[in-house]
Amino acid sequence: MNMKVSAVVADPVSTEVTEPCQSGDTPTVSAPLAPAAQHAEQDAHARIAARHALMEKSRRYLVRVAALIMAVALWHLASTYDFNLFVNFEHVPEPALVGQALMAELSGSEFYLHIAHSLQRIAIAYGLAVVLGVTLGVLMGRSKWAEDIILPYIELLRPIPAVAWIPLAILMLPSEQSSIVFITFLGALFPVVLNTVHGVEQTSGVLVRAARCLGANNRSILWHVIIPGAMPSIVTGLAVGMGVAWFSLLAGEIISGQYGIGYFTWTSYTLIQYPQIIIGMLTIGLLGTLSTLLVRKVCSPLLRWQPTGGRV
Amino acid sequence: MNSTLVNDSRLAVLDHSRLKSKSIRDVEGRGRILVSGVDIEFGHKGARTVAVGQANLEIHSGEFVCLLGPSGCGKSTLLNAIAGFVTPTRGQLSVDGKAVTEPGPDRGMVFQQHSLFPWKSVHDNVAFGPLMAGASRPEAGSVARTFLSLVGLAAFADAYPTTLSGGMQQRVGIARALANYPSVLLMDEPFGALDAQTRIMMQENLLEIWREFRNTVVFVTHDIDEAVFLSDRIVVMSASPGRIIADIKVDLPRPRDQSLLTSPEFMMLKRQCLELIREQTLAAFKQQNQAG
Repeated sequence: MNMKVSAVVADPVSTEVTEPCQSGDTPTVSAPLAPAAQHAEQDAHARIAARHALMEKSRRYLVRVAALIMAVALWHLASTYDFNLFVNFEHVPEPALVGQALMAELSGSEFYLHIAHSLQRIAIAYGLAVVLGVTLGVLMGRSKWAEDIILPYIELLRPIPAVAWIPLAILMLPSEQSSIVFITFLGALFPVVLNTVHGVEQTSGVLVRAARCLGANNRSILWHVIIPGAMPSIVTGLAVGMGVAWFSLLAGEIISGQYGIGYFTWTSYTLIQYPQIIIGMLTIGLLGTLSTLLVRKVCSPLLRWQPTGGRV
Repeated sequence: MNSTLVNDSRLAVLDHSRLKSKSIRDVEGRGRILVSGVDIEFGHKGARTVAVGQANLEIHSGEFVCLLGPSGCGKSTLLNAIAGFVTPTRGQLSVDGKAVTEPGPDRGMVFQQHSLFPWKSVHDNVAFGPLMAGASRPEAGSVARTFLSLVGLAAFADAYPTTLSGGMQQRVGIARALANYPSVLLMDEPFGALDAQTRIMMQENLLEIWREFRNTVVFVTHDIDEAVFLSDRIVVMSASPGRIIADIKVDLPRPRDQSLLTSPEFMMLKRQCLELIREQTLAAFKQQNQAG
């Protein structure tokens, strides 16, 4: 649901912004002169605007950091005074304790090994999901046949949560590692496919006709018109897919495996190491956020043409 | 108001000797369009609509022809058939003796709006045609720069289309269509979405550019002023079914500028077209009322 909405927001068709502060429709020759003449003034305006934007941005980040600090403070109070009203904080370690445990983990090597394992699985599974997902998505978006053949599978399999795949994955695949990677891959695949299909189906007919008039063949149309046009939607799919990949990875790692941040979190529970549970959870949150941000950053040059400049 | 500007731009155009020699060598004597007995129907049996009925038309090399008519009269359909997007149900359609079967770079097209690739810079939009024709990147780039200065947008080469105004976007569209040196330029209400002031400027611009090229232009419009101002010949179409009902020669001297719009000859031609269209629109209404 969520991803569909964001895909529509990123749609190229809804991004028509015209009439900049430039010279508008002056006759032929004055146009090239105008920007030169207005350059200095525009630069000054741009500088002021940039400064305002920066101030606004830093103000908002300040609020965000303050919100997080407030949550930590509430957590501290709740666990210090053993808050117990429906939600029980008696067994929840205080933030300071978690901080100490974190320092201990960071100075050892085991913790990094867990992270490295998770990252490796994400890299393999997500890489496969992106390649296959975009390929399938483009195929389905371009061919009714392909869509009719593939879509039923996707619709049927998509609602199955990652955890439900675990038994079958263990039975069917040769190793624990490959089961976890498979589950992670599946999680990332669906958002990528569906958003790619959505983007490709939004292809503007007039742009395809324009390209054909200019002598483009089908392959050139795919590379120069269809894929760039679908890119905003594809990037949304990639970002959502990365989130779901982490979600699925954790499900896989909790059930099986010897390493991985999900395994770390779950064994901490069975070993009654409560601060480690929280460390594991926060690490997952941080890694998920950072990797999604990375996806957006890496893709942003592809969206530079959008009026928003492809900024995250 | 802008006579000096116009002169300047003419100089700028003439500077491109390379463009001129190539356009003459490649385009002169070409661009002859023959439409004979063309019917274009849409839909399946039972629910068929005739968009164009029994169209016969011969357009000579280097002629500027406007297809004029009310909306829904099939003028755009006929244009799309010449472009190769629509296949006639019956009849023959050829350009330079070659039957039209698909779109091709010999027939450049300018659309009403939103037809530039928004993810390509203005420069890359114009360079696209030459690249598709097999030119190297530097070659295509130099062609793009030539045509961008022809339409007065050289300074905006690196801009993305969405940052330009509607009129500027259409100028890029014209440059892009011309960059393939097409023998026929097809224009589908290219100035229809622009405000009146911009529109007149664009019409003058177009005539200046065309003077350098002298290729065949088929220009679809429902604006009588525009048709009379631009063309050598106006082909008037009537609605439902789309038929060619008149072929009016426009013998106004060239070069033309805005002052023509208030001259008596212009008024007379305009009145002639108006009356024809009014007659035909009434007839079409009557026909529709009888049918309904």
